[in-house]
Amino acid sequence: MSNWEILWGARDQFWSGFASTMAIFGLSISAAFAIGCGMLYLLEGSRPRLTVPVRVFIDAMRMLPFLILVYLLYYGLPAFDIRLDAWWSGVGALAVYHGCYFAEIFRGARLTFPPGQVEAAKAHGFTKGKMFFRLILPQIVMQTRPLLGNQLIYALKDTAFLVIITVQELTAAANSLSGTYFIPTEAFIVVIGFYWAVSVVMEIIIKQCGRFSAKRGFDHV
Amino acid sequence: MFEKSTSGPAGSGQPTPEQSALERTAPDDAARSDRIAVSIRHLSKSFDGVEVLRDVDLEVREGDVVTILGSSGSGKSTLLRCINWLERPDSGSIHIGGQRIGVNDAGRPMPVRELAKVRARTGMVFQSFNLWPHLNVLHNVTEAPIHVLGKSKAEAEALARDLLEKVGMSPKADAYPSTLSGGQKQRVAIARALAMQPEVMLFDEPTSALDPELVGEVLAVIKDLSAEGYTMVIVTHEMAFARAVSDQVVFLEKGLIIEQADPETFFTHASTERVRQFLERNEG
Repeated sequence: MSNWEILWGARDQFWSGFASTMAIFGLSISAAFAIGCGMLYLLEGSRPRLTVPVRVFIDAMRMLPFLILVYLLYYGLPAFDIRLDAWWSGVGALAVYHGCYFAEIFRGARLTFPPGQVEAAKAHGFTKGKMFFRLILPQIVMQTRPLLGNQLIYALKDTAFLVIITVQELTAAANSLSGTYFIPTEAFIVVIGFYWAVSVVMEIIIKQCGRFSAKRGFDHV
Repeated sequence: MFEKSTSGPAGSGQPTPEQSALERTAPDDAARSDRIAVSIRHLSKSFDGVEVLRDVDLEVREGDVVTILGSSGSGKSTLLRCINWLERPDSGSIHIGGQRIGVNDAGRPMPVRELAKVRARTGMVFQSFNLWPHLNVLHNVTEAPIHVLGKSKAEAEALARDLLEKVGMSPKADAYPSTLSGGQKQRVAIARALAMQPEVMLFDEPTSALDPELVGEVLAVIKDLSAEGYTMVIVTHEMAFARAVSDQVVFLEKGLIIEQADPETFFTHASTERVRQFLERNEG
């Protein structure tokens, strides 16, 4: 039996690892996106006391190795009597960490947002919340689309770190098969294929979204 | 209050016979009421120690068109932008339809929501259009009526289509702003402001960012509005237009109103030397 046939025989493990990776990824980036939007809203300054702490928090997260954050949530929180299982620690870490990156991407675009549009919104009687969610945020998201696509790929790759806190995801599946049958090369080549496939599909989707924003004059796809 | 039913700012695209009869007879009788649409008292404003407005008083009657002239830096845009509180004056007061803007009854700065309500009684058209590029033309016009005034989608769209008809932009209802010319953008911006059914329209150099050959189409729309009895305050550099459309011309110089007259008097018998000089230079 060749090494590839062994892996084919164990395909169920890959599939369940893949399903788990996709669930973690889907949930955590959705949460990260919401966190990024929420932080951008706080930076708008309707609650001035929160602006500085939010900026500090974003920078602190960006300067932290992801793995350390995962360790902190999984091994550190129990010291404060907060116990998350491995899966939720992983999702939480990904959501917060990439949420801060999303926020930073949005913040950069917000700095160059045309002030005239905000004035037009004020002149038409908009208040902060509606102005933000209906007029500012949609444009910021369209404008930062390529950067967001990049960040999604980083987030996907970061899910692999979660093997270290025993989350049963794709890399964990490859790890366990390579250990059981001593075929690390083939096992890891298979998971690389999975990560590449997901990344390529995401790239295509993000690119297609570009047509939507190009029609509105945001970029040239 | 402005009698919307007779002067028709609600923007009925096809006026009924009675309405057009009213429009023909109304402006000079009904529109020239003595009711005050905008009242500005003792308005002062400085930027970094430079006085931009000094103790300005101005009254705009309902139905009147007031144009504000003056050279660059004379404070005319600042004066206009104070009316809807995009600039906060240092002192003085502004009332829109009897309601003070920016300061509540207790003399405190107005809460944001209250301020937004007063602002919504004015319609503002900017030099650089400031359309929202992610929304198509129709949705630019319906956005504020739906999400600020709480109109139903159907009602807002019907009104928007009438207004786009009025400014000649109906065929572009589904287009996005990035595909429009400057003149087209500005006409959409006018429809967007009108959709709030404001008591007074504010124009901040509406043609200054346009190619010369596109200026005419925008001025024609504004002229139509004045014929319909809209109350308007217009900052402009277009002298012929100001002369044709105004009921009152105001000349600002270094933050002071130094001349204020009907257009005939202003353009032919200006009392100050500075104004005569300004007019000569702008005739060239």
